[in-house]
Amino acid sequence: MTTRWWLRRAGLGVLVVWGAATLSFLGLHLLKGDPARIIAGGGGAVSGQSQQILDQINAQYGFRQPLVVQYGRFLGELVTGDLGMSYQLNQRVTSVISDQLWSTVVLALGAAVLGFVLSLVLAVATAGRPRARSLSSTVELVLVSTPGFFVGILLLTVFSFRLGWFPVFGDDGIGSLVLPWLTLALPIAGTLSLVMREGLERALEQPFALTVRARGASATRLRLRHAVRHALLPVLTLSGWMLGALLGGVVVVETVFARAGIGQVAVTAVNGRDLPVVTGVVLVATIAFVVINTGLDALYRVVDPRLGSVAQ
Amino acid sequence: MTTVEPAGQPLAAVRESGAGRRAHSIGPPLAVVFLLLVGVVALFPDLVGGNPEAVDPADAFLDPSAEHLFGTDQLGRDVLTRVVHGAGASLALGLGATALAAVVGIVWGLAAGLGGRFVDEAAMRLADILLSVPTILLALLVVAVLGPGGPSVAIAIAVSLSPGFARVVRVQTLVVDRTGYVQSATALGLRRRSVVGRHIVPNVLPPMLVLATMNIGASIIAGASLSFLGLGPEASSSEWGSLLSQARNYLQDAWAPAVFPGLAVVLTVISISVIGRELRIRFEGRYDR
Repeated sequence: MTTRWWLRRAGLGVLVVWGAATLSFLGLHLLKGDPARIIAGGGGAVSGQSQQILDQINAQYGFRQPLVVQYGRFLGELVTGDLGMSYQLNQRVTSVISDQLWSTVVLALGAAVLGFVLSLVLAVATAGRPRARSLSSTVELVLVSTPGFFVGILLLTVFSFRLGWFPVFGDDGIGSLVLPWLTLALPIAGTLSLVMREGLERALEQPFALTVRARGASATRLRLRHAVRHALLPVLTLSGWMLGALLGGVVVVETVFARAGIGQVAVTAVNGRDLPVVTGVVLVATIAFVVINTGLDALYRVVDPRLGSVAQ
Repeated sequence: MTTVEPAGQPLAAVRESGAGRRAHSIGPPLAVVFLLLVGVVALFPDLVGGNPEAVDPADAFLDPSAEHLFGTDQLGRDVLTRVVHGAGASLALGLGATALAAVVGIVWGLAAGLGGRFVDEAAMRLADILLSVPTILLALLVVAVLGPGGPSVAIAIAVSLSPGFARVVRVQTLVVDRTGYVQSATALGLRRRSVVGRHIVPNVLPPMLVLATMNIGASIIAGASLSFLGLGPEASSSEWGSLLSQARNYLQDAWAPAVFPGLAVVLTVISISVIGRELRIRFEGRYDR
């Protein structure tokens, strides 16, 4: 874990964030219709706004300045942590996002933990057992092929409407989090358990597995104490993918369960052509993605020191 | 292409297919039959009969019965007819997005692989950037710029899938470019353009067919998700994601209008995955996403 490695990763991270910001900026200015009209109301469709109001908005947001000047200001604000002003909410984008951040983070974190635990249980229980294995690989295929919102709708139908165990929507207490957590976790568990089981089976074939058994350890102890560690390595490389799935998944899950959160903010903003909010959410998600991924890469090198010496 | 494995397959392929157990699996034939069925009703929805927009308030929220196999929705419309009429839009979304992503990704990857150091570096960093934005969020951004609608959703999905294609095509191009036959062709004095056109491109493309197949399922899911969020074809459409989004609001009254379109999505995606896997085993390569 050299300083050079960190510098390189940081450079790449900055490049990715800058690229995403530039693409977002281009998006803002490719937007069909006059942004001043969108701000004035009616999503740009109403043509009756007085020229005076539009001029005032243009002056306030600087829409008439040369593109380069606007780009420079956009980047300058971004560096200071300012994502601009929402077109529709009369609020800074940063405060729109930070108001909703907590509920989304709770949703995503809980789902990540649940998905991990579910896949671990599934993998440990089925690795190297042909019957259980083929059953669970069918389950995994179904989970991976099911859109998140459909999982949510099925869970709602059964557990909220039929059985009445959980609230139908809203956000009060742990009860209202169970189904959204499950909805996000199940598709993730489908993929993770597949990878974990393959890792476990490879570990169980190795000589050390036999040695452990010969020493008198039970099969379960072998799996939990010795083989799991080896199976976790490939899972770590999948964490980046899992993070992306989570960040995208919250958008859909928040809609299904009518929960407040970043995803809802983004969908509302897309429908209202509120581009600064959309780009703000995308940028925040991208930064989170880059930072967490870099951290995971570093962790990967700690867990498996062989990598540090080979890859530069 | 889809019959059971012939004898004498290389051991590697058999091992990858699960130690030969899958060789006699009924999965692939079933998947083909189901997809043929979906394909036929997508092209000729009127075969099933009935008008998907026929409203009958007296028959709203019926559970499945002999008359309405999939039940009825909040306006008394027949869910089976609506699912059948939505097949075309849903498949078109998934296939269109994948085709667009494949074409863009192939050109992108070939340019990176053959265009020299600078082009390669620029093309791959752009791919890195796009792959760092979570799929659904990137798609949201594109739809926000283009405005909602079926074509926007297809373009949005293609934008997020094409960097993946570009990476694989680039690697494949670099590999093919170093093979003996390409070097022989060059040594024989063929112009670079004909080497690329006759020897490199034809050998880069076939594995892309497998990758494309594996991506159709993901495209259908993404398309249905974006429609579910209300960004796809107009809200009253019978596209599967839209059907689910309408049914979501009436879950307390009826389960059928939500469950059947969802099952249609799941079964279609599973069938495509099964066939994609089979193709992959036959091509004997491993193309990671």
